[in-house]
Amino acid sequence: MSLLEVKGVSKYFTTPETGKEFCVFKNVHLSVDEKEFVSVLGHSGCGKSTLLNIIAGIDSASDGYAFWDGKEIGGPGLDRMVVFQNFALMPWLSVHGNIRLAVKSAFPQHSRHEINKRVQKYIDMVGLTGVENRKPAMLSGGMRQRVGLARAFSVEPRVLLLDEPFAQIDALTRGSIQEELIRIWLSTGITVFMVTHDVDEAILLSDRIMLMTPGPEAQIKDEINVNIPRPRDRSTIIEHPMYYSIRNKIIRFLSTKAVNRKELSLVA
Amino acid sequence: MKKQPNSGWIVLCMVILILFLLVWQLLGGKTGGLPGPIPVAKSAWFFLSDPFYNNGPNDQGIGWLTMYSLARLATGFLLGTLFGVIMGVILGLNPVLFKALNPYIQVLRAISPVAWMPLLLYSVQNSGVTAVLVVFMASVWPTLANTAFGVSNIKKDYINIANILQMNPVVKVFKIILPAAGPTIVAGLKISMGSAWVAIVPAEALLGTLGLGYFVWNEWNNLSLTSVIFAVLVIGVVGVILDYLFTRLAMRLAYVD
Repeated sequence: MSLLEVKGVSKYFTTPETGKEFCVFKNVHLSVDEKEFVSVLGHSGCGKSTLLNIIAGIDSASDGYAFWDGKEIGGPGLDRMVVFQNFALMPWLSVHGNIRLAVKSAFPQHSRHEINKRVQKYIDMVGLTGVENRKPAMLSGGMRQRVGLARAFSVEPRVLLLDEPFAQIDALTRGSIQEELIRIWLSTGITVFMVTHDVDEAILLSDRIMLMTPGPEAQIKDEINVNIPRPRDRSTIIEHPMYYSIRNKIIRFLSTKAVNRKELSLVA
Repeated sequence: MKKQPNSGWIVLCMVILILFLLVWQLLGGKTGGLPGPIPVAKSAWFFLSDPFYNNGPNDQGIGWLTMYSLARLATGFLLGTLFGVIMGVILGLNPVLFKALNPYIQVLRAISPVAWMPLLLYSVQNSGVTAVLVVFMASVWPTLANTAFGVSNIKKDYINIANILQMNPVVKVFKIILPAAGPTIVAGLKISMGSAWVAIVPAEALLGTLGLGYFVWNEWNNLSLTSVIFAVLVIGVVGVILDYLFTRLAMRLAYVD
């Protein structure tokens, strides 16, 4: 069994005004193996963030099962750390304070000295040395997400769940943080599950990309193996012979599904 | 021109004070009228020159009287804050309970704390305790309502993080919920402190417990209007200082999201 298995999961919401049930995604299957980097790529509103929240244990499936390490997911845990699109940092705590909050929760038996050492280690790892005492409001979007990443890595989770982590960061900064993420991921060797709507980001980072049709009733309809050797570099990856064939396949999937979902779902 | 808006208000403030004193001087001091500013200033000087004298239980310096009132205020306010914050957190985390109790809270909030006095006095049979309970009744509702509102509006992200980090409920309350709702809670504490300070004056006057409120009433009974005016000013100044302390606390706890 894979580390993470999602079997026939569906999610329904009830519209408050009409009381009607609305299906976000239906019968979603996926699996992620240890040390893999897997992405789910889809349009906004296809429910990919909800899918990630179900895996994180902070939302629940309406139907189907999600298994983590062979057990059904019943709630959140320190082994599945989330990096949120909007960073979700505590605005009243400094950079140090935010990471310390996570480290103290994950390692309650550690001494004050050990905790501070660990906090500093992860601050240094994401390149935030020198701004430890700043509040999130005093940081750029890119720096805030570095804090988010440091916090996530600092608890040493088994899987990192990335919820469109770079969507709110400007394009120039995004590239350097993406590369940094790969570097840290390669050195720690943990499993990563990411949802995104950025095609190039998915190709640059992932081993495997799952393609989701637009909602309502979104489904994972295709899967692409990114057989481009690592380490990858965002400036040279576009020269790889595989790159454009992968990219075109994804773009074709996303654009045609958006135009006529019903017709193409028969083909796929 | 450019600098005027910054310093201009001080000048205006002083002009208003001088005009007020002038009008007061012209209107007051006549037979049957209120005492003018000069006798009041003399009276103030008399009280302030020896604020901590003690000539037995009914004749003590203004410093002592202020201390008695503040001690009573602090006791009632701390009890009210403790109860208000604990209940507020519970209601804030339980939307159904909050909705169910909210009508009662709104009614209780609308009742002047002084109106409870006969019932409280009858129940506890002790004027000192009653005064503290009046302060409690004055300070509990704004704190409770604001805490419940602040806690129920905490961003879901913060709660999610707390849950992912597997915080136990106590840690969650102290590390996430209270700091997140902190600014709203302190805004409630500020209102509570204001209404407690307002309530303590009639409570002391009616109950005859030694303090600023008692002093006001006692001096009225002595027909010493200069002392009454002086006491009124002291009550105002102490109220402003208390309010300022909470403004400072609010600034410390404020955060930019």
